[in-house]
Amino acid sequence: MHFAFTDQQLEFRDAVRQVLAKECTTDDVRAAYDVTAARTPRWATLAELGVTGLSVPETRGGLGLGLVDLVLLVEEAGRVALPEPLVATTGLAVPLLADLDAAGTADARIGPWLQALAAGDLTVAVADPAWPTEPVAGAVGADLLLLVADGPHGRELHGVDAGSVAVAPVPSLDPTRRLGTPVWAPTPETVLVSGARAEAHLATTADRAAVASGAELLGLSEAMIALTAAYAKDRQQFGKPIGSFQAVKHLLAGAQVLLEFARPVVYGAAWALDAGSPDASRAASVAKAYASDAATEAARVSLQVHGAIGYTWECDLHLFLKRTWALAEAWGSAGDHRARLLDSLLAER
Amino acid sequence: MDRPMDLHYTDAQEAFRAEARAWLAEHAPAPRSLPSLDTAEGFEAHRSWEAELAADRWSVVSWPEEFGGRGVGILEWLVFEEEYWRAQAPLRVSQNGVFLLAPTVFEFGTDAQKARFLPPMASAREIWCQGWSEPDAGSDLAGIRSRARRSDDEGGWVLSGQKTWASRGAFAEWCFGLFRTDPEAERHRGLTYFLIDMATPGVTVRPIPQIDGETGFAELFFEDVFVPDDLVLGEVGKGWNVAMATAGSERGLSLRSPARYSRAADRLVALYAGRLATDPERTRRSGDAVARAWMDAEAYRLNTLWTATRVLDGGSVGPEASANKIHWSQTDLAIHRAALDLLGPEAEFHGDGVDAPWLDGFLFALAGPIYAGTNEIQRNVVAERMLGLPRG
Repeated sequence: MHFAFTDQQLEFRDAVRQVLAKECTTDDVRAAYDVTAARTPRWATLAELGVTGLSVPETRGGLGLGLVDLVLLVEEAGRVALPEPLVATTGLAVPLLADLDAAGTADARIGPWLQALAAGDLTVAVADPAWPTEPVAGAVGADLLLLVADGPHGRELHGVDAGSVAVAPVPSLDPTRRLGTPVWAPTPETVLVSGARAEAHLATTADRAAVASGAELLGLSEAMIALTAAYAKDRQQFGKPIGSFQAVKHLLAGAQVLLEFARPVVYGAAWALDAGSPDASRAASVAKAYASDAATEAARVSLQVHGAIGYTWECDLHLFLKRTWALAEAWGSAGDHRARLLDSLLAER
Repeated sequence: MDRPMDLHYTDAQEAFRAEARAWLAEHAPAPRSLPSLDTAEGFEAHRSWEAELAADRWSVVSWPEEFGGRGVGILEWLVFEEEYWRAQAPLRVSQNGVFLLAPTVFEFGTDAQKARFLPPMASAREIWCQGWSEPDAGSDLAGIRSRARRSDDEGGWVLSGQKTWASRGAFAEWCFGLFRTDPEAERHRGLTYFLIDMATPGVTVRPIPQIDGETGFAELFFEDVFVPDDLVLGEVGKGWNVAMATAGSERGLSLRSPARYSRAADRLVALYAGRLATDPERTRRSGDAVARAWMDAEAYRLNTLWTATRVLDGGSVGPEASANKIHWSQTDLAIHRAALDLLGPEAEFHGDGVDAPWLDGFLFALAGPIYAGTNEIQRNVVAERMLGLPRG
């Protein structure tokens, strides 16, 4: 039992934090509202650091690391509301393709994709298997789409070159979500896996998505609480900083307590998935439910403590609020995951 | 430090678990078979049980062997606690001593104090209560007025004043109390931490019936109670610092092990499953609350392992203990609130021959957000020390 990150993991995290503090300011996030590409100069910087190819197997040119390594970096991405698709590409597509690669899937496209992913030359959007016909986050501007379709032997997972299909943009509350509906038809050439094997891969992908988006929500919570605590120290009313009033303190403290407890839940779920623990799926649900609740409470409190200024476009807070509200519902809401958890607890009895 | 993350217990820890489980299976009384520890009869029954625990060195596993423990680490203690709660063994009548005072004695006590007090604490021959709060000093603990007057002739201190809400105070042999030794000093600086024999002349105990009708706590009156110098814990005038160490144990890792809540959450799921069979429609409405409560317990378990690892790696627990206290007290309430909702009209049943573990647990859980420093005080600590907000 040793529930901690290694020094090496923490040093990598610190290095990424430093780079993102410079490369992903709130002005940069605002600028990304008008950008439709996923592969940006910032993505190239992350690729040079080894972030984007982190989970690509070493045989395919990556670092061969796992979700435990990645969640710390995704948390940093959340802290700056990174517009690029780190969760979908590095957190979901890479391990999914690597699993298919390791299973000896004969699709000749997979090897080159993994190598391109390691080099930062490919970004991916991944459909949520629970909502296969809904718009796909990150589909606008992605290079590769991993999509779900019904086939003769159950559901199928397809790899679709984004250049070969049209993607109809769907406006989102948070424009950096780059939601889009791919206009496509499944073909035998695009199938990656089908039948029971497809379901297993889709289930694992959903679990990874729950944990990785949970990690992003942790970072968003940290950012919102930090921004709001700084504001509460600065903003004066009744001749004092508003942060000296208990009514304000208690709002922020409540959000901080939720965040403190969400962190080990997300980290533990990442470990459970990497370790192939039999409880991994359940842990993933707890992680997403906890992180979603912590982040939506941090968002609520942050807006309330900022007051009217927080309701403006000018104030940076909304950049984090909107990502939070979108992600809290993506990959299963807190309530969805609690229902899934309860089913699993009852099934065990 | 550079061990990879691993949430498996080691083979040695699992062997320790097996040994504890086997011992408890053989020795632990049937669940809820002892009378309440807040009655005179129950107090002694619980004391006897703890003596049995201590005889085979299970009462304080993480203490050094010379004081009655097994010298194992905090993770093994957590494993033992998992087994203890799994066996539904009795509540610990010695908890104020073992979980609160003992860590403070290890940190601040003299060798003589450790040798004198720890072994009888481990065996429950001496049971401790806490003498901190006063009628006019609750959340504002530094406002205490009970005095200790210096007596150079006798080589000690003469205590006077009134303490209240002393859990186990009705029956305890010893008290750890905070008294003002320097009325001129700044209010946090003039305090001293005393170990007080409740049999000393001048100590009067008035039991206070609690919300459940039992005498879980008491008022303590001190009229010229002499305490010799060797019963001062830590330095004279430094009582606040010593007390904050105790409070850290009360809110942090020591008092409430996660197994308590994990087992209660599992029992809640069992209750839900049972009710689902008889009244599915009504029961399903509680599903979300049941899942929430189970998750709160699971988050507490993971956070404890996270914190324990940090401590084992040389880190410390600071204001996180306040966040911890808020979480465990709310978790306990969430579990029991969900259970009462499932029970519906049966929730209030409480009489002769009716075993009402959920109602009893609920009444106990109600105190959680109040004792060990109210949750409002803890939120101030979190806001000021974790988020850097200015003091009011």
